[in-house]
Amino acid sequence: MIFQIAVIFFFLALGELIVWLTGVPVPSSIIGMLLLAASISSGVLDIRRVDRAAQFLVSNLGFFFVPAGVGLINCFGLIADQWVQIVGTTVLSTMVVIACTGWTHQAVRRYLSRRSHHVSHTHDGISD
Amino acid sequence: MEFLINRYFLLALTFGAFLAGRRLQRWAGGTPLLNPILLAIMIVILWLVATGTPHSAYQPAGDYIDFWLKPAVVALGVPLSQQLKVIRRQLLPILLAETIGCLVGIVSVVLFAEAFGASREVLLSLVPKSVTTPIAIEVSQTIGGIPALTAAVVVATGIFGSMAGFKMMSISRIKSPIAQGLSMGTAAHAVGTSAALDRSARYGAFSSLGLILNGLLTAILAPSILALMGYGV
Repeated sequence: MIFQIAVIFFFLALGELIVWLTGVPVPSSIIGMLLLAASISSGVLDIRRVDRAAQFLVSNLGFFFVPAGVGLINCFGLIADQWVQIVGTTVLSTMVVIACTGWTHQAVRRYLSRRSHHVSHTHDGISD
Repeated sequence: MEFLINRYFLLALTFGAFLAGRRLQRWAGGTPLLNPILLAIMIVILWLVATGTPHSAYQPAGDYIDFWLKPAVVALGVPLSQQLKVIRRQLLPILLAETIGCLVGIVSVVLFAEAFGASREVLLSLVPKSVTTPIAIEVSQTIGGIPALTAAVVVATGIFGSMAGFKMMSISRIKSPIAQGLSMGTAAHAVGTSAALDRSARYGAFSSLGLILNGLLTAILAPSILALMGYGV
């Protein structure tokens, strides 16, 4: 397990290093995630050397957000003043984002698969 | 009552609050309305307010838990790696969906917040609401929002998305697991992703993809889109 956790922190540190060297405005954790995925899929890293630690972290992700949420206590005043605006905007915008993302993906896929059916009759199996 | 600010006590309190929230949810038949994250946040806040403990005393305890956010985001690389083949095959639909999702996310916040009459700084704090916390806070700082409010709204968005997301998608006829996963990660970042992972690894992988791409796109596009809409720094 120590090895597995070390792998996670190795990639996080690598992400930190890249951010420090290049100054890209992307969080180190996202860079670490991309490098980890790339290392596994290219065969550099055996997935079994990291999957248990990853499973533990990923399945408890929600818990790690609790302290950020408790930070709400610092903006009670602002929230009391504008809670309708904040809640209304958040709820409506979240719903619109979900709908537009899903619709776009389905529409583009339908368009592409229809076109590939016209070109050849071989279906490349992009079914779920 | 110095013990009340003991950070190990406050840590134990946070764990206990989450476990209590989870038990409560299970008790109520697993309804998404009783989200354990939300319940834990409410229990801890109520405790802090009731005992008069300042947030600055809670911060050191919270930091221990906060710390694991970054490694947990790195760990999402594992489910992601398992779906890379499907992702490569569907690159165009995914990229287009993400670009639209990101643009709609930013523009809709500005329009709704203006319609509701939110102040400028609140509006700006809401812009990165669909993006995972570490990115959202950086974006919020860059565009002139209030990072603390952004952090709270990000968590609220994630919880709302994971509570209502799948229901909403079945109403709006978003059926494919890939589209559902993507939408979840795009709108509700890591909290939505953990809800997606409860369904299957495949939902989770596409949700983490949505989280990554929307995070990257929002970080890159938000400042210029806001400038175009009259909210330049």
